[in-house]
Formats: sequence, C-alpha cells, structure tokens
Amino acid sequence: MAVSDLDTARLGTEPAAEDGANAHGLRMDERRERLALFGLASPALLIVLIILVIPVGWLFYVSFIGADGTFSLENYERMINSKSYARIFQTTFEVSFLTTLLCILIGYPLAYFMSQLPDRWANVCLITVLLPFWTSLLVRTYAWLVLLQKNGLVNNWAISLGLWDEPIKIVHNLNGTLIGMVHIMLPFLILPVYATMKAIPKDYLKAAANLGASPVRAFWTVFFPLSTPGLFAGSLMVFILCLGFFVTPAVLGGGKVIMVSMKIVSNIELFVNWGAASALGVVLLVLTLAVLWVASRFLKLDNMTGGGH
Amino acid sequence: MSSDLAAGGVTARGTTDGSRSLSTSPTDALPITVRNVTKTYGSVHALDDVSLDVESGEFMTLLGPSGSGKTTLLMVLAGFTRPDSGSLRFGDTEMIRTPPHLRDVGMVFQNYALFPHMTVAGNVGYPLRLRQMPKAEMEERVERALDTVQLGGYGERRIDQLSGGQRQRVALARSIAFEPRILLMDEPLSALDKKLRDRMQIELRHLHEKLGMTTVYVTHDQREALTMSDRIAVVNHGRIMQVASPERLYDQPENKFVADFIGDSSFIDITRADGALMAAGTSLKTTRPVPESSALSLMVRPERVQIVANGAADGMNVFEAAVTDLVYQGESFLLYATLKDGTDLAVRGANRTGTFADLPKSGERVRLGLDPGDTVIIAGEA
Repeated sequence: MAVSDLDTARLGTEPAAEDGANAHGLRMDERRERLALFGLASPALLIVLIILVIPVGWLFYVSFIGADGTFSLENYERMINSKSYARIFQTTFEVSFLTTLLCILIGYPLAYFMSQLPDRWANVCLITVLLPFWTSLLVRTYAWLVLLQKNGLVNNWAISLGLWDEPIKIVHNLNGTLIGMVHIMLPFLILPVYATMKAIPKDYLKAAANLGASPVRAFWTVFFPLSTPGLFAGSLMVFILCLGFFVTPAVLGGGKVIMVSMKIVSNIELFVNWGAASALGVVLLVLTLAVLWVASRFLKLDNMTGGGH
Repeated sequence: MSSDLAAGGVTARGTTDGSRSLSTSPTDALPITVRNVTKTYGSVHALDDVSLDVESGEFMTLLGPSGSGKTTLLMVLAGFTRPDSGSLRFGDTEMIRTPPHLRDVGMVFQNYALFPHMTVAGNVGYPLRLRQMPKAEMEERVERALDTVQLGGYGERRIDQLSGGQRQRVALARSIAFEPRILLMDEPLSALDKKLRDRMQIELRHLHEKLGMTTVYVTHDQREALTMSDRIAVVNHGRIMQVASPERLYDQPENKFVADFIGDSSFIDITRADGALMAAGTSLKTTRPVPESSALSLMVRPERVQIVANGAADGMNVFEAAVTDLVYQGESFLLYATLKDGTDLAVRGANRTGTFADLPKSGERVRLGLDPGDTVIIAGEA
C-alpha cells in the first residue's frame, strides 16, 4: 500500500514525456540486453539440442521401425502383449520405490542430525556423506559384491558374532540390489533435505516451544512440515534416478532383479533389436516424465502452503 | 462481543477501564523475581550476578547497547538460555529449570517467527491446539485475539500475504491468545519503519494497559523505552546499571553510563575548592545531592541550558562560552559552544518565528545559564 502511494507520488511529479525519443531508446536498450543474454545462453542451448533433442527424436523414430525395416507398431505391441515386459516395469517401479523409502528412512534422520550440529561438525558430516559420492560407481558396486558374497566380510562377521549360523544370501538378489542402490542414492536425498532443514530458522522451534509445544510436538507440527519440500525434492530425484539405473542392479541383482535399463541392454547386445530397445527407452522416458508431472503438481501445492521466504 | 471490542480498539484513547478487560485482569498477572543470575560464555560474562524484580502487571523494559546482555536475560526468562546459577521465580514458583514449553509465557520474537506453513488463524490458534481447546472455543479465542490487534477477518490469510506491521500484530495475537500471565518481547518493532514503529509503540502501551500482563520488553532504542515503560532497567556488560521510571532515569541518572546512554548530555569536570564545587571556572550552585566520590562531574542536558543576556543571572549558574556552531533543526536549534575549561557543550532551544536570526553566531561569545535544580552531579570524571 505504501509502495503504491510512493509510485503515484513519483508519477505525479514527473514532467510530461518530451517527444517519445527516450521511450524508444529505452526500449532498444532492453532489446539489446535481451539479445546479449540469449547470445550467452546459446552455446548451452546448442549442446542441449545436439545431445538431447536430436538423439531422443531419433530414438522415437527408431522405436517405430519394425524388424523388416518399415514403419510398424510391433515394438509397442510386444510390450503390451508380453507379460515379461509388464513384470520388468513392475520390478523397476518396486525397486525404485523401495530404494526411495529406505533412503528416506536412513537419510532424513541423518540430515536432521546434521542440521542441528554446529556448522564445523556439520561440514565434517557433509564431507563423509559426499566422500562415497566422489568414488566411482562401479568400484562401489563391486565393493558391495565382495562384502556381501557368500564368504564375504559381512557373512563371516555375522557368523563369528553369532548373528546367524550359516552364510545367507544377501547378494545376487533384491537385498543386494537395494543395499547397493540405497548406498549410492543416499547423498541425492540427504543434500536437498539438509539444505531445506538448514534454512528453517531456529526461532520457529523456539516459538513453538514458547507456545507450549514439547520438543516432539514442535518437530512434527513445525519442523517436519517445513522440511517436506526438501524431502519431496530429494525423494523425487532418487526415484527418477532409480528408474533408469543399470550398473548396480545388473551387478548385485545377479540376473534376478531385471529392470528396464537391463532389458534395453539385452535387447541390443543379445538380440540386436534396436527398435525394441528404443521403444523401451521411449516408454521409460514417458513414464519418468509422467512421474515428474504428477510430482510437480504436488510441489506447486506445497509452495503455496510452505513458501514464504 | 468481538465487534464491541473492535470498536473500542487498542488505539482508542482511555480504554483502561477494567470492565472491558479482554482476557486477563491485572490481578492475574505474575511478578517476576530474578536473583543472582549469572551466565558466562567462556570468559565473557553475558549476565553478571543479575537481580531484578518485575512487579505484577508492570511494563518493564530492558534497555542497553547490543551485547549488553539484555537479550540473554530475556532468553533466561523464556527458558531458551540456561544460566550457570541463580534463581528465577514467577510468582512463588521457582522456574529456573522449567523447560520453555512448560513456562506458559508469551513471547514476541524479533523476526516474529510466524510459521509460514500455517494461516494467520493457524498461527494464532497453535498454542490453543496444543492445549487441546475445543474447536468452537478456539475459533472464538483466535478471532478475539485478532480483533485485539485489529486484524479481525484476517484469519484465512497466508503469512506471506501480510505486511511487516501486520505480521507484527499476528505475532502479538499469537503470544496473547493463550492468555499467558507474562509477556516477553524481543525488539518486536525493530523491523518496522519509523512511522509504523511510533504508532505500534502507543498501541502496545494501550494493549498492555488493557490486558494487564506482566511485560518484559527488550530494546536498544532509548526513545522507545522512555515512551512505553513503567520502569526501565538499563543493562551494560551483563549488569543492571539502574532500574527506574523513565522520568527518574532521565532526570536522576545514578551513574555515568546511564547519564550518557539516556538522552543527549555533556559532562563538565567538577573540582573541589575550599568546600565549594567549581565547574568550568564557575562556583556551582546546586540543589541536587552530591555523591560521595573524589571525582565528580556535572551532567548537562542540552534542553536545560538557557542563553542568558549580559548581567541577568536570576540565581542561575552562568558559564562563559564561545560558540563553535549553530545548527537549524526545524522545531529547535542546536548550538555548540566551548567552555573556559575546554569542555564542549550543546544547547537546544525551541525555534519561534524569526528568533533564529537573533541567536549568537559561530565565533561569538555567549553566556549559558543552568538552573541549580538542573545540576545533576555524577560520580566519576567527565
């Protein structure tokens, strides 16, 4: 209100525009600045065009080419008709969902702990979270294979500690896949959650306590709701990355956990069927975009109630 | 009832009659007793053996420069800072180890700390929900609290739709909604622009008269403290320098720090000669008490000094001085002069039409008069 008052006051004292030359010049300046910005962005736009738009277009095109080299819907028909494809998609979503859930259960408390530490210790924790992040994915996956195998470190320790009597199968199945994937995905969840938590003013919790909330009540009524945007962003990132994950489930799943990405590879390497592989790729892309679209509607809703700074 | 209260709103004059008292009547208010509270951070004494009594229903301001310990003391009252030792009682109840959520004191935070994921009504109703109040009663109380701060009908707004002044009011409504008997405020007006701040000072004052809860208010703004408080506790280096009413604090400061911190003042060294007190070459006539101290100084408020004509003295202390500067400030003028002993003195006087031109100019000599009743003598050198 005060601002609009100021605006009208300023307008009122302004002399009448002399002949419009200034207005024209100002418009030209603005256009020039916009062009300069576009020029700066153009290399990036060009790269996006070359490595994203064109390949995806090509993928889309190939997926409609049948075995005989002509236009055909057979690649998509096969997916609809064959039960094995449905199972692969189901597995993909199940593994992604479980990985995301485990990441939340492990990552959220850790992020909360870090957000409450003094900055110096929080940074130490952050580096330990990031350290595996900077190590090769392949190395970490094979490390898990070594640790989790039948006569590996985990089994041997558990047996000598008396936790279980004989080696149990914790790799080459869903367990191993989840352990590996959670380990690799955890930083993607922790970082956004931690950032959101750090941005929650400490005064909010003080205010809640002052108004009569026990620490537990204050957490669930104030801190947790305010941390959900980060939790949501982190979970979404983990889930979407999981959907297209290949290396870890391929190595630690032992052929028992078949995800879409692995089927794409086998379609090309085993059957040399580019059309079928492309169709799978297209469907995965569309499903991923659908997940993003649904999530973005929630995110927008969240901004409406959770924004404010 | 709520419309009735809105009509008699907090800005209306003379709403002090107890019959309309909104929530708590003054008899419900609790006195606060602070005894020997000490808090150290490393080697720094944030609070150094602080004792303070806030009477039931009193508006007490903790005033001091930044880092003086005033906020630490408030945080001890709220329970957010754990002191090393000492006692804190609300009424007869020892509170020093009570966690903040069981203290039942209202608090307005400097940055309001309104929950952005709740509406205005959600924020104001938050303490009531925690107390499991029935929904109907809660809604009525929320509306009443919002009416009290003149935000009736704003319940469904989001916090980010409010202006700074409105947020301030919501924070206030939230802190009084559960009818605490003690209200704490941590520089609640510092984020507002000056005009709004001036208005809110008066409103807070009226609200306090109406609700009657014991209020402890922290500020570094002395004018704000003088405007609002029943009594002011001046805090410096973790100690309370003086506790007194605003007038007393201004007119009878007990030490150099208070004299210097409150209002504008100049200090002139006093020397003793044959039992008489000499200040800047003048034998001092005074009706004020003289502290027991080897070193004394005379505190001079700019507006208490008069420019006197040659010869006329009227029993005043007269100092010869040379004008160094004369400044026009609209409603008043400010004249700077140097006394014989080299002390710089400021003189403030009201401007009337045409009188400014007659004032002595820079370089001219002037005689400055100080009434014996205005000679405040402070222990310590100038």
